[in-house]
Amino acid sequence: MTTTSEPLTTTPPVVPTPASPARRARKALTSPLASLIAIVIAVLWTLPTFGLAISSFRPERQIKTTGWWTAFTDPQFTLDNYRSVLGIGENAASSSLSDYFVNSIVITIPSVLIPISLATLAAYAFAWMKFPGRNVLFVAVFALQIVPIQVTLIPLLRLYVDVGVAGTFWPLWLSHSIFALPLAIFLLHNFMREVPAGLLEAARVDGAGHVAIFFRVLLPLLTPALAAFGIFQFLWVWNDLLVALTFAGGGTDVAPITAALANLSGTRGTAWHLLSAGAFVSIIVPVLIFVAMQRYFVRGLLAGSVKG
Amino acid sequence: MITGEKFLTMCGAVLLFVAVVGVILFIASRFGGRRSDGPVAYLYLLPTLAMLALGLVYPGLRTIYQSFFDAAGTSFIGLDNYQTIFTTEDQITVLRNTVLWVVVTPFVATAVGLIYAILVDKARMEAFAKALIFLPMAISFVGAGIIWKFIYEFRPDQVGIKQIGLLNQLVVMAGGKPQQWLVNQPWNTLFLIVVMIWIQAGFAMTVLSAAIKAIPDDIVEAARLDGVGPFGMFRFITLPSIRPTLVVVLTTIGIGTLKVFDIVRTMTGGQFFTSVVANEFYSQSFRANNQGLGAALAVLLFILVIPIVVYNIRQLRASEAR
Amino acid sequence: MAAASAGALGLTLALTMSACGGGKSDDASDQPNVDCSQFSQYGDLSGKTISVYTGIVTPEDTAYINSYKPFEQCTHATIKYEGDKSFETQILVRAQAGNPPDIAIVPQPGLLKQLVATGKAKEAPAAVKENAAKGWGEDWMSYATVDGKFYAAPSGASIKSLVWYSPQEFKDNGYEIPKTLDDLKALTDKIASTGKKPWCAGIGSGEATGWPITDWMEDFMLRLSGPEEYDKWVNHDIAFNSPGPTAALDAVGTYLKDPKYVNGGLGDVKSIATTTFQDGGLPILDGNCSLHRQASFYAANFPADTKVAEDGDVFAFYLPGKTAEDKPLLGGGEFNLAFSDRPEVQAFQTYLSSDLWANTKAKLSQGWVSANKGLDPANVSNPIDKLAVSLLQDPNAVFRFDGSDQMPGAVGSNAFWKQATNWITGQSTKDTVDKIEAAWPK
Repeated sequence: MTTTSEPLTTTPPVVPTPASPARRARKALTSPLASLIAIVIAVLWTLPTFGLAISSFRPERQIKTTGWWTAFTDPQFTLDNYRSVLGIGENAASSSLSDYFVNSIVITIPSVLIPISLATLAAYAFAWMKFPGRNVLFVAVFALQIVPIQVTLIPLLRLYVDVGVAGTFWPLWLSHSIFALPLAIFLLHNFMREVPAGLLEAARVDGAGHVAIFFRVLLPLLTPALAAFGIFQFLWVWNDLLVALTFAGGGTDVAPITAALANLSGTRGTAWHLLSAGAFVSIIVPVLIFVAMQRYFVRGLLAGSVKG
Repeated sequence: MITGEKFLTMCGAVLLFVAVVGVILFIASRFGGRRSDGPVAYLYLLPTLAMLALGLVYPGLRTIYQSFFDAAGTSFIGLDNYQTIFTTEDQITVLRNTVLWVVVTPFVATAVGLIYAILVDKARMEAFAKALIFLPMAISFVGAGIIWKFIYEFRPDQVGIKQIGLLNQLVVMAGGKPQQWLVNQPWNTLFLIVVMIWIQAGFAMTVLSAAIKAIPDDIVEAARLDGVGPFGMFRFITLPSIRPTLVVVLTTIGIGTLKVFDIVRTMTGGQFFTSVVANEFYSQSFRANNQGLGAALAVLLFILVIPIVVYNIRQLRASEAR
Repeated sequence: MAAASAGALGLTLALTMSACGGGKSDDASDQPNVDCSQFSQYGDLSGKTISVYTGIVTPEDTAYINSYKPFEQCTHATIKYEGDKSFETQILVRAQAGNPPDIAIVPQPGLLKQLVATGKAKEAPAAVKENAAKGWGEDWMSYATVDGKFYAAPSGASIKSLVWYSPQEFKDNGYEIPKTLDDLKALTDKIASTGKKPWCAGIGSGEATGWPITDWMEDFMLRLSGPEEYDKWVNHDIAFNSPGPTAALDAVGTYLKDPKYVNGGLGDVKSIATTTFQDGGLPILDGNCSLHRQASFYAANFPADTKVAEDGDVFAFYLPGKTAEDKPLLGGGEFNLAFSDRPEVQAFQTYLSSDLWANTKAKLSQGWVSANKGLDPANVSNPIDKLAVSLLQDPNAVFRFDGSDQMPGAVGSNAFWKQATNWITGQSTKDTVDKIEAAWPK
């Protein structure tokens, strides 16, 4: 991670990119020192996960009696842990993770799309419409972020039972959507506020209504922002355990991979060595999503500051 | 249910919500663009407000009501639960820990994220370097718990027994005695906070990096022509430009920290005086069966966040006025 | 947006396909032929589903699921088994919200009472009551009786008054299995005089950290103050910080808080708090520790190649009473509580309360016994289970159920654990019992 004299990002070739202030600040820290600090942080942040990765390939006895770093001096590797958690081979755990994996996907996708579509509408209303009670409502929605999820569990579950959807995916989709809305509205509202008013005014002068403005002017600008929030919401839902435990009653039918992971170590926790492989299986999707969508993600967070 | 069926149900649910949004937009388009915004705005907000009212406002109010009742939720006891929180030794420890979490986590995580964002900005392999720091965000708390077990685990200082926790291995190699990191207070709380910082720094880094890249080039250029030095550039250009983003990052991490529950629950179970309000709430409500005290703790969380909300609203007002 | 979500969708679908590729192929259909005449009383239950919710997960769940198979084969009912380690909190949430399972396997009488208090649990049908009265003593019935109504027949049972040791080490050094508490102390001193730390212990158990100490204390309460005082203590007829319980905890302290005695192979006294209870007794295998007090189910924690037998690598002896004649026995167990009175649920509940099920289950399991008098010791395969059955069926033994499991949740599954953990990390006995007493619901 040494510094380079030429930026490697793909910028329009016509105008040479001037040095950003951050870049100049970085230079001031004298390049070698800056690189060193960056490398130290990167190593510190990666090391724990790296240890887990190594551990997941080690035999049970080794995991439980020696540190993962001994794998370098005394390399002993096996795929047994993965075979166990994925339900392949003789020593398979009684329930394999693949059913739960499907459930996680089925739970996560609507739980991302539903709150985003609803929050976009709401954020638009808060950002670009004038109506009585706007400020009070917005503050209220923002403040709702702090209602601890735990207090909502029993009332919500009671509601789902009364409506007759308990034990299906609906409680999970709806609950995740509800819990995501306050932050989604807050963040999207902030992005929308930063779209120059002139753009909207021009469209309005042309006779466009709210629906037209929303679709023709705002949505294209916001697409990356929506994708960015989508990634975060995806991670939260994918990694959630509490909501899943409460609303996904019904075993392999609806429970996600995190719930399966929590039970993987066995009734009395004797099989905790399997957790390392299990944890790795469960993080592979979020990491791939992040890597694949990183481009949108960065652009999305830039969306709030359209120049001009 | 078979897999295909599950995916069909899922598509059905998504289509249903697309239809709801479609209907709302259709009705809204009937209203024309020039008249008062009121009806259209409320229409846009309708599904959101309905879900929030049912899913958050009602349980929230119910909790406030419950917090004035006893363990079984049958007899009114006024402010006794609150008095318990502020007078019992164990509960005061819980409060102290929560304050520590909220003071330390957002600032350290944001600082690390900001420094890293600046350091790798436009460096070679920037995307890769960022992915490394972001990685913990993608890991569930259950996963994080097991990851950090391999760091903090303690094995006694005896012949024939090897450390399996990295931190103790380093201590032993340096000639020290292995420590029980998660037992000795108050340091154990700090060791737990480290895990939260590890998770949240990636969030701060990603958001702040985007904000830094968004600073208009002409401002930078003008400052440079004025002869502003590198540190001055950070102080007078970068920092003011990303200030709103900093506030959002600090707020989001701060609120996330107040609600922290999984880390404490999976790593110490709230033992050894490491409990925080969100975890204590869970213990009291679902383990100790003391609904009243649990509710009071939840209300306390609500109260703790009010300053953050107020600050954000001030910021918002200030930017509206600009 | 469209491009982004399409990308995400494509990716997830691709992953789904690959995930589905590695499906499992195992199916335990090699069941022995079942004599269905024993199930004729339950009738034909085709198309009926009964859900079972429990905290028992892998690997113990397999034996449960298999023990249900004869019932499923003969009545054509479907049993849906759901294991969840968060059972103890989630079952309350579900019951309160009106979404309970048909049958819950409840491991604590205290929790059972809380569940009954939600008003969602159903009284046991006459057939279950009859089976229970035949199979278990008055004491076991009383744990599942609330306000004079009998709710649930016991399921499995475990013996807690056991001390694990290495038969080889005892033989080599000429150690005798202690017959009284004084013998135990003398043995401890004898081992300690060789420079070895005799005891090892671990109380780490996630949010339940501390529970093994509650078992220690119950065992000593039962031995030092006797069963009557024990019952008074459990029911809060005497205060938690009264002299009896205080003395019991102090007696535990003479073992667990003495740096000369603990924590063999694991560290100092404080290391008891961070060692998981699963790891607590493993040093016996390496010879770093000689004695470990833990329940019969601990057999499962030794590595698979360990021989658990009187002439094997490890075995357990009965934690002696004050005198050789006293035989107080501490144990625990589960109860099958029903939340539905549909005929198929009652039929299944009846099956679970029968000695037929107890014997079927025992044959399929390792490390599992029932207190059902109809359990034939011949069906219990391994030595430690045989020991447990012999103790449970010993007419001289005075059985008492785990006290913390019967106390209200605020104490039994919160303050008691937490303060016991603080006690091991340095808090005084007096502060500990005072704080637990203060936590008792008024």
